[in-house]
Amino acid sequence: MSWSVVIPLLAFLAIIFFIGIWSSRKTAASESGFLQDYFLGGRELGGFVLAMTMVATYGSASSFLGGPGTAYTIGFGWILLAMTQVVTGYFVLMVLGKKFAILARRYNAITLTDFLKARYQSPVVVILSAAAIIIFLFSAMAAQWVGGARLVESLTGMSYNTALFIFAVSVLIYVIVGGFRAVAVTDAVQGSVMVIGTLILLVAVIVAGGGVPNIIRDLTAENPNLITPFGPDGTLSKAYVSSFWILVGVGVVGLPQIAVRAMSYKSSKSMHRAIIIGTIVTGVIMLNMHLIGVFARPILPGIEVGDKVIPLISMEVLPSWLAGVVLAAPMAAIMSTVDSLLILVSSTIVKDVYLNYIKPDASIKVIKRASFGVTAVLGIIVYLLALNPPDLLIFLNLFAFGGLEAAFIWPIVMGLYWKYSNKYGAIASMAVGMASYVFLHYYNQANGNLLDVHTVTIPVVLSFVAFVGVSLLFKREAFDYEAR
Amino acid sequence: METPKSKDDWRFKIANREALIGVALAVINFVWWFGFAYGMGSGDVEEYSYVFGLPAWFFYSCVLGLAVMIVLVALTVKFFFRDIPFEDGEEER
Repeated sequence: MSWSVVIPLLAFLAIIFFIGIWSSRKTAASESGFLQDYFLGGRELGGFVLAMTMVATYGSASSFLGGPGTAYTIGFGWILLAMTQVVTGYFVLMVLGKKFAILARRYNAITLTDFLKARYQSPVVVILSAAAIIIFLFSAMAAQWVGGARLVESLTGMSYNTALFIFAVSVLIYVIVGGFRAVAVTDAVQGSVMVIGTLILLVAVIVAGGGVPNIIRDLTAENPNLITPFGPDGTLSKAYVSSFWILVGVGVVGLPQIAVRAMSYKSSKSMHRAIIIGTIVTGVIMLNMHLIGVFARPILPGIEVGDKVIPLISMEVLPSWLAGVVLAAPMAAIMSTVDSLLILVSSTIVKDVYLNYIKPDASIKVIKRASFGVTAVLGIIVYLLALNPPDLLIFLNLFAFGGLEAAFIWPIVMGLYWKYSNKYGAIASMAVGMASYVFLHYYNQANGNLLDVHTVTIPVVLSFVAFVGVSLLFKREAFDYEAR
Repeated sequence: METPKSKDDWRFKIANREALIGVALAVINFVWWFGFAYGMGSGDVEEYSYVFGLPAWFFYSCVLGLAVMIVLVALTVKFFFRDIPFEDGEEER
Protein backbone atom coordinates (compact mmCIF):
# COMPACT_ATOMS: atom_id res chain seq x y z
CA MET A 1 0.00 0.00 0.00
CA SER A 2 1.36 3.38 -0.96
CA TRP A 3 0.57 5.67 1.95
CA SER A 4 1.54 8.81 0.11
CA VAL A 5 -1.31 8.13 -2.33
CA VAL A 6 -3.75 6.86 0.28
CA ILE A 7 -3.47 9.75 2.72
CA PRO A 8 -4.56 12.51 0.31
CA LEU A 9 -7.42 10.28 -0.83
CA LEU A 10 -8.62 9.64 2.71
CA ALA A 11 -8.23 13.31 3.54
CA PHE A 12 -10.41 14.09 0.55
CA LEU A 13 -13.09 11.67 1.72
CA ALA A 14 -13.01 13.20 5.19
CA ILE A 15 -13.35 16.74 3.80
CA ILE A 16 -16.29 15.78 1.60
CA PHE A 17 -17.89 14.06 4.54
CA PHE A 18 -17.67 17.13 6.77
CA ILE A 19 -18.88 19.49 4.06
CA GLY A 20 -21.88 17.22 3.54
CA ILE A 21 -22.69 17.22 7.24
CA TRP A 22 -22.07 20.93 7.58
CA SER A 23 -24.35 21.86 4.71
CA SER A 24 -27.10 19.74 6.21
CA ARG A 25 -27.65 22.06 9.19
CA LYS A 26 -30.16 24.05 7.20
CA THR A 27 -32.23 21.00 6.35
CA ALA A 28 -32.49 20.09 9.99
CA ALA A 29 -33.70 23.58 10.89
CA SER A 30 -36.69 23.94 8.57
CA GLU A 31 -39.78 22.00 9.49
CA SER A 32 -42.58 22.88 7.06
CA GLY A 33 -41.29 22.16 3.58
CA PHE A 34 -39.37 19.05 4.58
CA LEU A 35 -39.84 17.10 1.34
CA GLN A 36 -38.94 20.01 -0.89
CA ASP A 37 -35.98 20.71 1.34
CA TYR A 38 -34.69 17.16 1.63
CA PHE A 39 -35.15 16.15 -1.99
CA LEU A 40 -34.62 19.45 -3.80
CA GLY A 41 -32.57 21.58 -1.42
CA GLY A 42 -35.53 23.96 -1.00
CA ARG A 43 -35.16 25.07 -4.63
CA GLU A 44 -32.49 27.55 -3.75
CA LEU A 45 -29.35 26.42 -5.51
CA GLY A 46 -27.19 29.24 -6.79
CA GLY A 47 -25.51 29.33 -10.19
CA PHE A 48 -22.16 27.83 -9.25
CA VAL A 49 -23.54 24.96 -7.18
CA LEU A 50 -26.19 24.23 -9.84
CA ALA A 51 -23.63 24.07 -12.64
CA MET A 52 -21.27 21.91 -10.64
CA THR A 53 -23.91 19.48 -9.43
CA MET A 54 -25.10 18.98 -12.99
CA VAL A 55 -21.61 18.39 -14.31
CA ALA A 56 -20.64 16.18 -11.39
CA THR A 57 -23.80 14.10 -11.55
CA TYR A 58 -23.33 13.60 -15.23
CA GLY A 59 -19.58 13.02 -15.19
CA SER A 60 -19.28 9.55 -13.75
CA ALA A 61 -16.72 6.80 -13.76
CA SER A 62 -16.92 6.73 -17.54
CA SER A 63 -15.68 10.30 -17.98
CA PHE A 64 -12.69 9.75 -15.73
CA LEU A 65 -11.68 6.14 -16.21
CA GLY A 66 -13.49 4.43 -19.07
CA GLY A 67 -13.51 7.35 -21.53
CA PRO A 68 -9.82 8.29 -21.26
CA GLY A 69 -8.99 4.57 -21.33
CA THR A 70 -10.79 4.22 -24.65
CA ALA A 71 -9.12 7.39 -25.95
CA TYR A 72 -5.79 5.72 -25.14
CA THR A 73 -6.68 2.89 -27.51
CA ILE A 74 -8.58 4.79 -30.23
CA GLY A 75 -6.69 8.08 -30.37
CA PHE A 76 -8.01 11.52 -31.36
CA GLY A 77 -11.20 10.10 -32.85
CA TRP A 78 -12.39 9.33 -29.34
CA ILE A 79 -11.68 12.84 -28.07
CA LEU A 80 -13.79 14.10 -30.95
CA LEU A 81 -16.55 11.78 -29.79
CA ALA A 82 -16.19 12.84 -26.17
CA MET A 83 -16.51 16.51 -27.11
CA THR A 84 -20.13 15.89 -28.13
CA GLN A 85 -20.79 16.25 -24.39
CA VAL A 86 -20.03 19.98 -24.34
CA VAL A 87 -23.58 20.62 -25.52
CA THR A 88 -25.01 19.27 -22.26
CA GLY A 89 -23.45 22.23 -20.44
CA TYR A 90 -25.93 24.68 -21.93
CA PHE A 91 -28.56 22.62 -23.75
CA VAL A 92 -30.28 20.97 -20.77
CA LEU A 93 -30.78 24.18 -18.84
CA MET A 94 -31.75 26.20 -21.91
CA VAL A 95 -34.25 23.68 -23.25
CA LEU A 96 -35.94 22.60 -20.03
CA GLY A 97 -35.32 26.14 -19.04
CA LYS A 98 -37.60 28.61 -17.43
CA LYS A 99 -40.80 26.88 -18.40
CA PHE A 100 -39.80 23.78 -16.46
CA ALA A 101 -38.82 25.91 -13.48
CA ILE A 102 -42.13 27.80 -13.51
CA LEU A 103 -44.32 24.72 -13.98
CA ALA A 104 -42.42 22.67 -11.39
CA ARG A 105 -43.15 25.40 -8.85
CA ARG A 106 -46.76 25.77 -9.96
CA TYR A 107 -47.36 22.04 -9.61
CA ASN A 108 -45.28 21.86 -6.46
CA ALA A 109 -43.28 19.12 -8.19
CA ILE A 110 -40.39 17.63 -6.26
CA THR A 111 -39.62 14.72 -8.55
CA LEU A 112 -39.69 14.32 -12.30
CA THR A 113 -42.65 11.99 -11.80
CA ASP A 114 -44.55 14.76 -9.98
CA PHE A 115 -44.17 16.91 -13.06
CA LEU A 116 -45.31 14.16 -15.42
CA LYS A 117 -48.23 13.40 -13.10
CA ALA A 118 -49.47 16.98 -13.16
CA ARG A 119 -48.93 17.32 -16.89
CA TYR A 120 -50.52 14.07 -18.03
CA GLN A 121 -52.97 13.32 -15.19
CA SER A 122 -52.47 9.61 -15.55
CA PRO A 123 -51.61 6.96 -12.97
CA VAL A 124 -50.11 4.79 -15.72
CA VAL A 125 -47.56 7.48 -16.57
CA VAL A 126 -46.73 7.85 -12.87
CA ILE A 127 -46.22 4.13 -12.34
CA LEU A 128 -44.25 3.64 -15.56
CA SER A 129 -41.90 6.49 -14.83
CA ALA A 130 -41.44 5.62 -11.16
CA ALA A 131 -40.71 2.01 -12.09
CA ALA A 132 -38.23 2.99 -14.80
CA ILE A 133 -36.40 5.34 -12.44
CA ILE A 134 -36.26 2.87 -9.57
CA ILE A 135 -35.18 -0.14 -11.62
CA PHE A 136 -32.69 1.44 -13.98
CA LEU A 137 -31.14 4.07 -11.79
CA PHE A 138 -30.83 1.64 -8.93
CA SER A 139 -28.76 -0.62 -11.16
CA ALA A 140 -26.76 2.30 -12.50
CA MET A 141 -26.01 3.35 -8.96
CA ALA A 142 -24.88 -0.13 -7.97
CA ALA A 143 -22.60 -0.28 -11.01
CA GLN A 144 -20.97 3.04 -10.09
CA TRP A 145 -20.60 1.81 -6.55
CA VAL A 146 -18.70 -1.23 -7.79
CA GLY A 147 -16.53 1.08 -9.91
CA GLY A 148 -15.76 3.28 -6.90
CA ALA A 149 -14.70 0.33 -4.79
CA ARG A 150 -12.54 -1.07 -7.60
CA LEU A 151 -10.80 2.29 -7.89
CA VAL A 152 -10.06 2.44 -4.17
CA GLU A 153 -8.91 -1.17 -4.35
CA SER A 154 -6.52 -0.56 -7.25
CA LEU A 155 -5.10 2.62 -5.75
CA THR A 156 -4.61 1.52 -2.19
CA GLY A 157 -4.23 -2.23 -2.35
CA MET A 158 -7.00 -2.63 0.23
CA SER A 159 -9.31 -5.57 -0.36
CA TYR A 160 -12.38 -4.92 -2.49
CA ASN A 161 -14.69 -5.42 0.48
CA THR A 162 -12.83 -2.99 2.73
CA ALA A 163 -12.74 -0.43 -0.06
CA LEU A 164 -16.45 -0.85 -0.68
CA PHE A 165 -17.20 -0.42 3.01
CA ILE A 166 -15.24 2.82 3.33
CA PHE A 167 -16.80 4.14 0.15
CA ALA A 168 -20.35 3.18 1.19
CA VAL A 169 -20.19 4.58 4.71
CA SER A 170 -18.81 7.94 3.63
CA VAL A 171 -21.45 8.42 0.94
CA LEU A 172 -24.38 7.09 2.93
CA ILE A 173 -23.97 9.21 6.02
CA TYR A 174 -23.91 12.57 4.34
CA VAL A 175 -26.70 11.69 1.92
CA ILE A 176 -28.98 10.47 4.69
CA VAL A 177 -28.26 13.32 7.04
CA GLY A 178 -27.91 16.10 4.51
CA GLY A 179 -30.31 15.28 1.67
CA PHE A 180 -30.19 17.01 -1.70
CA ARG A 181 -28.48 20.13 -0.41
CA ALA A 182 -25.57 18.14 1.01
CA VAL A 183 -25.39 16.21 -2.26
CA ALA A 184 -25.32 19.39 -4.34
CA VAL A 185 -22.78 21.17 -2.16
CA THR A 186 -20.43 18.19 -2.04
CA ASP A 187 -20.92 17.87 -5.82
CA ALA A 188 -19.71 21.44 -6.17
CA VAL A 189 -16.55 20.63 -4.22
CA GLN A 190 -16.10 17.41 -6.17
CA GLY A 191 -16.61 19.21 -9.48
CA SER A 192 -13.92 21.71 -8.54
CA VAL A 193 -11.58 18.86 -7.61
CA MET A 194 -12.24 17.32 -11.03
CA VAL A 195 -11.35 20.52 -12.89
CA ILE A 196 -8.18 21.19 -10.92
CA GLY A 197 -7.13 17.54 -10.97
CA THR A 198 -7.45 17.23 -14.74
CA LEU A 199 -5.55 20.49 -15.33
CA ILE A 200 -2.62 19.40 -13.17
CA LEU A 201 -2.51 15.99 -14.78
CA LEU A 202 -2.71 17.33 -18.35
CA VAL A 203 0.22 19.67 -17.80
CA ALA A 204 2.27 16.92 -16.15
CA VAL A 205 1.54 14.50 -18.99
CA ILE A 206 2.55 17.04 -21.66
CA VAL A 207 5.79 17.77 -19.80
CA ALA A 208 6.53 14.06 -19.36
CA GLY A 209 5.90 13.46 -23.05
CA GLY A 210 8.33 16.19 -24.08
CA GLY A 211 5.74 18.68 -25.38
CA VAL A 212 2.70 18.33 -27.62
CA PRO A 213 4.55 18.18 -31.02
CA ASN A 214 6.77 15.45 -29.65
CA ILE A 215 3.84 13.38 -28.38
CA ILE A 216 2.05 13.74 -31.70
CA ARG A 217 5.20 12.63 -33.55
CA ASP A 218 5.42 9.53 -31.35
CA LEU A 219 1.76 8.74 -31.95
CA THR A 220 2.10 9.18 -35.72
CA ALA A 221 5.19 6.99 -35.75
CA GLU A 222 3.28 4.23 -33.97
CA ASN A 223 0.11 4.44 -36.08
CA PRO A 224 -0.81 7.51 -38.15
CA ASN A 225 -4.50 6.65 -37.82
CA LEU A 226 -4.35 7.56 -34.12
CA ILE A 227 -4.32 11.25 -35.03
CA THR A 228 -7.21 10.99 -37.52
CA PRO A 229 -10.90 11.16 -36.57
CA PHE A 230 -11.37 7.55 -37.73
CA GLY A 231 -9.75 5.37 -35.06
CA PRO A 232 -6.68 3.12 -35.23
CA ASP A 233 -8.02 0.90 -38.02
CA GLY A 234 -10.03 3.61 -39.78
CA THR A 235 -13.40 2.11 -38.83
CA LEU A 236 -14.78 4.78 -36.49
CA SER A 237 -17.43 6.18 -38.81
CA LYS A 238 -18.84 9.69 -39.10
CA ALA A 239 -22.36 8.42 -38.48
CA TYR A 240 -21.41 6.50 -35.35
CA VAL A 241 -19.44 9.34 -33.78
CA SER A 242 -22.15 11.84 -34.69
CA SER A 243 -24.85 9.67 -33.11
CA PHE A 244 -23.21 10.34 -29.73
CA TRP A 245 -24.70 13.81 -30.05
CA ILE A 246 -27.91 12.06 -29.01
CA LEU A 247 -26.59 9.62 -26.41
CA VAL A 248 -24.31 11.92 -24.44
CA GLY A 249 -25.35 15.28 -25.89
CA VAL A 250 -28.89 16.51 -26.38
CA GLY A 251 -30.48 13.25 -25.14
CA VAL A 252 -29.25 13.98 -21.62
CA VAL A 253 -32.34 16.21 -21.28
CA GLY A 254 -34.24 12.94 -20.78
CA LEU A 255 -32.18 11.69 -17.83
CA PRO A 256 -34.20 12.03 -14.62
CA GLN A 257 -31.16 12.73 -12.43
CA ILE A 258 -30.28 15.70 -14.65
CA ALA A 259 -33.82 16.93 -15.25
CA VAL A 260 -34.57 17.05 -11.53
CA ARG A 261 -31.69 19.52 -11.09
CA ALA A 262 -33.41 21.81 -13.55
CA MET A 263 -36.13 22.34 -10.95
CA SER A 264 -33.82 22.98 -8.04
CA TYR A 265 -32.45 26.44 -8.75
CA LYS A 266 -33.31 29.64 -7.03
CA SER A 267 -33.80 32.22 -9.75
CA SER A 268 -33.25 32.93 -13.41
CA LYS A 269 -29.99 34.63 -12.44
CA SER A 270 -28.60 31.42 -10.99
CA MET A 271 -29.74 29.56 -14.09
CA HIS A 272 -27.94 32.03 -16.36
CA ARG A 273 -24.73 31.70 -14.39
CA ALA A 274 -25.04 27.91 -14.32
CA ILE A 275 -25.34 27.76 -18.12
CA ILE A 276 -22.06 29.62 -18.60
CA ILE A 277 -20.15 27.85 -15.82
CA GLY A 278 -21.55 24.46 -16.84
CA THR A 279 -20.42 24.86 -20.45
CA ILE A 280 -16.91 25.86 -19.43
CA VAL A 281 -16.53 23.12 -16.84
CA THR A 282 -17.96 20.30 -18.96
CA GLY A 283 -15.84 21.34 -21.93
CA VAL A 284 -12.61 21.69 -19.98
CA ILE A 285 -13.03 18.40 -18.10
CA MET A 286 -13.96 16.38 -21.19
CA LEU A 287 -11.22 17.86 -23.37
CA ASN A 288 -8.53 17.47 -20.71
CA MET A 289 -9.39 13.97 -19.55
CA HIS A 290 -9.52 12.52 -23.03
CA LEU A 291 -6.39 14.36 -24.18
CA ILE A 292 -4.63 12.87 -21.16
CA GLY A 293 -5.79 9.43 -22.25
CA VAL A 294 -4.33 9.84 -25.75
CA PHE A 295 -1.14 11.57 -24.58
CA ALA A 296 -0.52 8.77 -22.08
CA ARG A 297 -0.01 6.29 -24.90
CA PRO A 298 3.57 7.15 -25.95
CA ILE A 299 4.59 7.67 -22.30
CA LEU A 300 3.23 4.38 -20.96
CA PRO A 301 2.64 2.03 -23.90
CA GLY A 302 0.99 -1.34 -23.58
CA ILE A 303 -1.68 -0.78 -20.90
CA GLU A 304 -4.30 -3.48 -21.48
CA VAL A 305 -7.14 -2.46 -19.15
CA GLY A 306 -8.56 0.92 -20.16
CA ASP A 307 -9.74 1.83 -16.66
CA LYS A 308 -6.17 1.68 -15.38
CA VAL A 309 -4.76 4.29 -17.77
CA ILE A 310 -5.56 7.30 -15.59
CA PRO A 311 -4.39 5.79 -12.26
CA LEU A 312 -1.19 4.48 -13.85
CA ILE A 313 -0.30 7.63 -15.75
CA SER A 314 -0.97 9.77 -12.65
CA MET A 315 1.43 7.73 -10.58
CA GLU A 316 3.97 7.78 -13.41
CA VAL A 317 4.12 11.51 -14.11
CA LEU A 318 3.30 13.03 -10.72
CA PRO A 319 4.98 12.87 -7.32
CA SER A 320 2.96 10.36 -5.33
CA TRP A 321 1.31 12.80 -2.91
CA LEU A 322 0.10 14.87 -5.87
CA ALA A 323 -1.08 11.72 -7.64
CA GLY A 324 -3.21 11.07 -4.56
CA VAL A 325 -4.74 14.54 -4.86
CA VAL A 326 -5.34 14.17 -8.61
CA LEU A 327 -6.82 10.69 -8.25
CA ALA A 328 -9.38 12.13 -5.89
CA ALA A 329 -10.97 13.45 -9.12
CA PRO A 330 -12.29 10.14 -10.49
CA MET A 331 -13.22 9.27 -6.92
CA ALA A 332 -15.15 12.53 -6.73
CA ALA A 333 -16.84 11.79 -10.04
CA ILE A 334 -18.04 8.41 -8.88
CA MET A 335 -19.17 9.64 -5.47
CA SER A 336 -21.07 12.57 -6.89
CA THR A 337 -22.92 10.35 -9.35
CA VAL A 338 -23.74 7.80 -6.67
CA ASP A 339 -25.03 10.31 -4.16
CA SER A 340 -27.27 11.98 -6.74
CA LEU A 341 -28.76 8.68 -7.86
CA LEU A 342 -29.31 7.59 -4.27
CA ILE A 343 -31.28 10.69 -3.37
CA LEU A 344 -33.24 10.49 -6.63
CA VAL A 345 -34.25 6.87 -6.19
CA SER A 346 -35.26 7.55 -2.57
CA SER A 347 -37.34 10.54 -3.59
CA THR A 348 -39.09 8.42 -6.20
CA ILE A 349 -39.94 5.76 -3.65
CA VAL A 350 -41.05 8.16 -0.92
CA LYS A 351 -42.83 10.78 -3.00
CA ASP A 352 -44.05 8.92 -6.07
CA VAL A 353 -44.89 5.55 -4.59
CA TYR A 354 -45.39 5.87 -0.84
CA LEU A 355 -47.16 9.24 -0.73
CA ASN A 356 -49.13 8.68 -3.94
CA TYR A 357 -50.42 5.21 -3.38
CA ILE A 358 -49.61 3.86 0.08
CA LYS A 359 -50.11 6.61 2.58
CA PRO A 360 -51.20 9.94 1.09
CA ASP A 361 -52.06 11.44 4.49
CA ALA A 362 -48.77 10.70 6.23
CA SER A 363 -47.74 13.25 8.85
CA ILE A 364 -44.50 15.24 8.58
CA LYS A 365 -42.94 13.05 11.21
CA VAL A 366 -43.77 9.87 9.33
CA ILE A 367 -42.56 11.34 6.02
CA LYS A 368 -39.31 12.35 7.64
CA ARG A 369 -38.74 8.94 9.10
CA ALA A 370 -39.67 7.31 5.77
CA SER A 371 -37.28 9.55 3.83
CA PHE A 372 -34.26 8.85 6.02
CA GLY A 373 -35.25 5.20 6.31
CA VAL A 374 -35.68 4.59 2.59
CA THR A 375 -32.37 6.28 1.79
CA ALA A 376 -30.58 4.21 4.41
CA VAL A 377 -32.19 0.92 3.39
CA LEU A 378 -31.46 1.58 -0.29
CA GLY A 379 -27.85 2.34 0.52
CA ILE A 380 -27.51 -0.87 2.49
CA ILE A 381 -29.11 -2.95 -0.27
CA VAL A 382 -26.77 -1.42 -2.86
CA TYR A 383 -23.84 -2.14 -0.58
CA LEU A 384 -24.84 -5.78 -0.18
CA LEU A 385 -25.43 -6.18 -3.92
CA ALA A 386 -22.10 -4.58 -4.76
CA LEU A 387 -20.29 -7.09 -2.56
CA ASN A 388 -21.14 -9.68 -5.15
CA PRO A 389 -22.89 -8.04 -8.12
CA PRO A 390 -25.56 -10.31 -9.62
CA ASP A 391 -25.84 -10.65 -13.39
CA LEU A 392 -29.28 -9.06 -13.44
CA LEU A 393 -27.75 -5.83 -12.15
CA ILE A 394 -25.17 -5.71 -14.89
CA PHE A 395 -27.89 -6.48 -17.40
CA LEU A 396 -30.15 -3.65 -16.20
CA ASN A 397 -27.29 -1.20 -16.07
CA LEU A 398 -26.75 -1.70 -19.80
CA PHE A 399 -30.07 0.02 -20.44
CA ALA A 400 -29.87 2.67 -17.74
CA PHE A 401 -28.52 5.53 -19.81
CA GLY A 402 -29.87 5.16 -23.33
CA GLY A 403 -33.05 3.39 -22.24
CA LEU A 404 -34.04 6.16 -19.85
CA GLU A 405 -33.31 8.78 -22.48
CA ALA A 406 -35.49 7.01 -25.03
CA ALA A 407 -38.28 6.70 -22.46
CA PHE A 408 -38.28 10.18 -20.94
CA ILE A 409 -37.02 12.67 -23.48
CA TRP A 410 -40.30 13.26 -25.34
CA PRO A 411 -42.71 13.07 -22.41
CA ILE A 412 -40.61 15.81 -20.77
CA VAL A 413 -39.76 18.04 -23.72
CA MET A 414 -43.02 17.71 -25.65
CA GLY A 415 -45.00 17.91 -22.43
CA LEU A 416 -43.43 21.29 -21.83
CA TYR A 417 -43.73 22.80 -25.27
CA TRP A 418 -46.48 21.04 -27.21
CA LYS A 419 -49.93 21.65 -25.86
CA TYR A 420 -51.45 18.70 -27.71
CA SER A 421 -49.28 16.22 -25.81
CA ASN A 422 -51.43 13.84 -23.83
CA LYS A 423 -51.16 10.77 -21.68
CA TYR A 424 -51.74 8.34 -24.53
CA GLY A 425 -48.79 9.79 -26.40
CA ALA A 426 -46.64 9.76 -23.27
CA ILE A 427 -47.42 6.13 -22.46
CA ALA A 428 -46.85 5.04 -26.05
CA SER A 429 -43.60 6.98 -26.23
CA MET A 430 -42.23 5.49 -23.01
CA ALA A 431 -43.20 1.96 -23.98
CA VAL A 432 -41.89 2.23 -27.54
CA GLY A 433 -38.68 3.94 -26.44
CA MET A 434 -37.86 1.31 -23.83
CA ALA A 435 -38.91 -1.73 -25.83
CA SER A 436 -37.17 -0.69 -29.03
CA TYR A 437 -34.03 0.15 -27.06
CA VAL A 438 -33.86 -3.30 -25.50
CA PHE A 439 -34.64 -4.98 -28.80
CA LEU A 440 -32.14 -2.96 -30.77
CA HIS A 441 -29.47 -3.54 -28.16
CA TYR A 442 -29.58 -7.26 -28.90
CA TYR A 443 -29.97 -6.77 -32.62
CA ASN A 444 -26.89 -4.53 -32.74
CA GLN A 445 -24.90 -6.91 -30.62
CA ALA A 446 -25.62 -9.74 -33.01
CA ASN A 447 -25.48 -7.94 -36.36
CA GLY A 448 -23.45 -4.79 -35.87
CA ASN A 449 -24.99 -1.34 -35.48
CA LEU A 450 -28.11 -0.82 -37.54
CA LEU A 451 -27.56 2.14 -39.92
CA ASP A 452 -24.11 2.43 -38.33
CA VAL A 453 -25.34 4.58 -35.43
CA HIS A 454 -25.38 4.09 -31.66
CA THR A 455 -28.28 2.02 -30.28
CA VAL A 456 -29.99 5.03 -28.71
CA THR A 457 -30.58 6.88 -32.00
CA ILE A 458 -33.39 4.88 -33.56
CA PRO A 459 -35.42 4.40 -30.34
CA VAL A 460 -35.35 8.18 -29.78
CA VAL A 461 -36.77 8.69 -33.27
CA LEU A 462 -39.36 5.93 -32.84
CA SER A 463 -40.51 7.21 -29.46
CA PHE A 464 -40.97 10.66 -31.02
CA VAL A 465 -43.13 9.22 -33.78
CA ALA A 466 -45.11 7.24 -31.22
CA PHE A 467 -45.55 10.32 -29.03
CA VAL A 468 -46.86 12.61 -31.74
CA GLY A 469 -48.83 9.95 -33.60
CA VAL A 470 -50.63 8.53 -30.59
CA SER A 471 -51.23 11.94 -29.00
CA LEU A 472 -53.03 13.14 -32.13
CA LEU A 473 -54.78 9.85 -32.76
CA PHE A 474 -56.55 9.67 -29.42
CA LYS A 475 -57.53 13.10 -28.35
CA ARG A 476 -56.67 16.35 -30.00
CA GLU A 477 -57.22 18.68 -27.10
CA ALA A 478 -55.02 21.57 -26.04
CA PHE A 479 -53.58 21.38 -22.54
CA ASP A 480 -54.12 24.37 -20.31
CA TYR A 481 -50.80 25.19 -18.67
CA GLU A 482 -52.48 27.79 -16.48
CA ALA A 483 -54.68 25.28 -14.66
CA ARG A 484 -53.28 23.93 -11.42
CA MET B 1 -42.83 44.83 -17.17
CA GLU B 2 -45.62 43.51 -19.38
CA THR B 3 -49.08 43.03 -18.05
CA PRO B 4 -50.09 39.38 -17.73
CA LYS B 5 -52.21 38.29 -20.68
CA SER B 6 -55.51 36.72 -19.91
CA LYS B 7 -54.67 33.27 -21.28
CA ASP B 8 -50.99 32.64 -21.76
CA ASP B 9 -48.44 33.36 -19.10
CA TRP B 10 -46.21 36.18 -20.41
CA ARG B 11 -43.18 34.33 -19.10
CA PHE B 12 -43.78 31.36 -21.39
CA LYS B 13 -43.05 33.46 -24.46
CA ILE B 14 -39.62 34.24 -23.06
CA ALA B 15 -39.12 30.61 -22.02
CA ASN B 16 -40.05 29.32 -25.48
CA ARG B 17 -37.73 31.75 -27.20
CA GLU B 18 -34.82 30.80 -24.96
CA ALA B 19 -35.43 27.09 -25.54
CA LEU B 20 -35.26 27.72 -29.29
CA ILE B 21 -32.01 29.63 -28.81
CA GLY B 22 -30.68 26.54 -27.03
CA VAL B 23 -31.57 24.38 -30.02
CA ALA B 24 -29.99 26.88 -32.40
CA LEU B 25 -26.76 26.90 -30.40
CA ALA B 26 -26.65 23.10 -30.46
CA VAL B 27 -27.04 23.16 -34.25
CA ILE B 28 -24.22 25.70 -34.63
CA ASN B 29 -22.09 23.61 -32.27
CA PHE B 30 -22.73 20.46 -34.30
CA VAL B 31 -22.00 22.08 -37.66
CA TRP B 32 -18.74 23.60 -36.39
CA TRP B 33 -17.65 20.33 -34.76
CA PHE B 34 -18.56 18.15 -37.73
CA GLY B 35 -17.35 20.54 -40.43
CA PHE B 36 -13.83 21.03 -39.11
CA ALA B 37 -13.36 17.45 -37.93
CA TYR B 38 -14.36 15.71 -41.11
CA GLY B 39 -13.70 18.58 -43.51
CA MET B 40 -10.04 18.87 -42.51
CA GLY B 41 -9.45 15.44 -40.98
CA SER B 42 -10.52 13.27 -43.89
CA GLY B 43 -7.41 13.88 -45.99
CA ASP B 44 -4.14 12.02 -45.97
CA VAL B 45 -2.35 12.07 -42.59
CA GLU B 46 0.89 13.04 -44.28
CA GLU B 47 -0.68 16.25 -45.52
CA TYR B 48 -2.09 17.26 -42.12
CA SER B 49 -1.20 20.68 -40.85
CA TYR B 50 -0.70 21.35 -37.15
CA VAL B 51 -1.64 24.11 -34.74
CA PHE B 52 0.22 24.24 -31.39
CA GLY B 53 1.42 20.74 -32.22
CA LEU B 54 -2.14 19.35 -32.47
CA PRO B 55 -3.61 18.12 -35.77
CA ALA B 56 -5.35 21.14 -37.30
CA TRP B 57 -8.72 19.40 -37.70
CA PHE B 58 -8.72 18.61 -34.01
CA PHE B 59 -7.57 22.03 -32.93
CA TYR B 60 -10.29 23.84 -34.90
CA SER B 61 -13.07 21.35 -34.22
CA CYS B 62 -12.53 20.64 -30.52
CA VAL B 63 -10.20 23.20 -28.95
CA LEU B 64 -11.19 26.35 -30.84
CA GLY B 65 -14.73 24.96 -31.13
CA LEU B 66 -15.00 24.78 -27.35
CA ALA B 67 -13.70 28.33 -26.97
CA VAL B 68 -16.14 29.61 -29.59
CA MET B 69 -19.08 27.85 -27.94
CA ILE B 70 -18.18 29.23 -24.52
CA VAL B 71 -18.06 32.77 -25.92
CA LEU B 72 -21.28 32.27 -27.89
CA VAL B 73 -23.11 30.84 -24.87
CA ALA B 74 -21.89 33.65 -22.62
CA LEU B 75 -22.90 36.35 -25.11
CA THR B 76 -26.30 34.75 -25.73
CA VAL B 77 -27.07 34.53 -22.05
CA LYS B 78 -25.89 38.07 -21.44
CA PHE B 79 -27.79 39.70 -24.27
CA PHE B 80 -30.78 37.51 -25.04
CA PHE B 81 -31.77 35.85 -21.78
CA ARG B 82 -34.15 37.72 -19.52
CA ASP B 83 -34.57 37.64 -15.80
CA ILE B 84 -38.07 36.53 -14.83
CA PRO B 85 -39.67 35.45 -11.56
CA PHE B 86 -40.43 31.74 -11.21
CA GLU B 87 -43.09 31.91 -8.51
CA ASP B 88 -46.65 32.45 -9.68
CA GLY B 89 -48.18 35.72 -8.64
CA GLU B 90 -44.96 37.69 -8.43
CA GLU B 91 -45.74 39.45 -11.68
CA GLU B 92 -48.80 41.11 -10.20
CA ARG B 93 -46.82 42.88 -7.52
